Amino acid sequence: MSLGQRVSSDHQLARLLQIGVVLEEVVESRAAHHLDSLPPEERAAIDEEVRELLEEAADESADHRERLEALIDDLEADTVAYEEINALVDAQYGPPEDTDGVLYDQLANEETAYKFYDDLINAIEASDSEFAIERERLLETLYEIREEEKDGVEEVTEIMEHRA
Amino acid sequence: MNTADQYLKAIYLAQRIEDGPASTGTLADLLEVSPASVNEMIGKLEDRGLVDHEKYKGASLTDEGLGRAHDALQTYCIIERFLANVLEVEEYQDEARALESVIDDTVAERLDTIIDRPGECPDCFDPERDACERLEVGDGCAD
Repeated sequence: MSLGQRVSSDHQLARLLQIGVVLEEVVESRAAHHLDSLPPEERAAIDEEVRELLEEAADESADHRERLEALIDDLEADTVAYEEINALVDAQYGPPEDTDGVLYDQLANEETAYKFYDDLINAIEASDSEFAIERERLLETLYEIREEEKDGVEEVTEIMEHRA
Repeated sequence: MNTADQYLKAIYLAQRIEDGPASTGTLADLLEVSPASVNEMIGKLEDRGLVDHEKYKGASLTDEGLGRAHDALQTYCIIERFLANVLEVEEYQDEARALESVIDDTVAERLDTIIDRPGECPDCFDPERDACERLEVGDGCAD
C-alpha cells in the first residue's frame, strides 16, 4: 500500500482513462435502456424534453468514450473488450420505476462522471510525470469532457426543477 | 481516498490481523512507510478524534474513525473487484493500491453497480490475503 500516489505512469493513466470509458458506458447504456425498459404507456407519457435529454446523453457519452479511447490507444496500453463491459452493465441494469427515477439516475451518472474527471485532472496536475501523450492534449481533452459533464448535470437539474 | 483514509483503512486491517490495537510496525509494513511517518500520522489522526493511541500498545479506531475506515475499505474492495472481475487485471492488488487515492467513493459506488458488492462487505475482506474473500481469482479471474 503506497501512500499519496498520483498518476505516475502511462499504465496507471491508461487504467484511469479506461475507468472513465466504463463510466461513460454506464451512462450510455442506462440512458438508452431507460426508455426501452418502461412499459409502453409510460414510455408514451415521457415528454419530448426527457426523451431528448436521454438521447443527447447517450450520444455525448459515446463521443466521450471515443475521445478517451483515442488517448488510451496512444498510450499503447492493453485494454479489455468493451463489448464484455457492455454486457456486464446491461446485466446489472435495474430499471427506474418512473420518470423521476429516470432523471435521478441520469443526474447521478452525470455527477459521478464529473467528479471522476475532476479528481483525475487534479491527480494529473499534481504529478510531474511525463506520459507518452502530450500533457496539454491530455488535459485539454479532460477539461472539455469535464465541462460537458457539468453542463449535463445542470441540464438535468433544470428539467427536474421546472417539473417539480 | 486521501492519505488519512488510507491510514484509517490500514489501522482497521491491522486491528483485525492483530486482534487488538494496531502496532506501529504492522502499520509501517502495510503502508510501506517508515515507523516515524506512522507515528506522526497517528498523532494527527488522534488530534482529529479518529484514533486512540496508547503507548507500547498501539492505535485503535474511535467510532468515527471506524466508520470512515469502513467506507475506505469498501471503496478499496470495489476497486479490487472491479479490476479483477471486470477489467481482468492480473495484478489487481497492486493496481488497486495505486488507484485508491484517485477513485473517490461516489465513483466507486457507480462501479459497484456493475460488480454487485456483497452485503457483508467489507467484513468479507481477508486482511492476510489483502483481498475480498468473495473474490475468486484464478485463470482470467472469475466472480
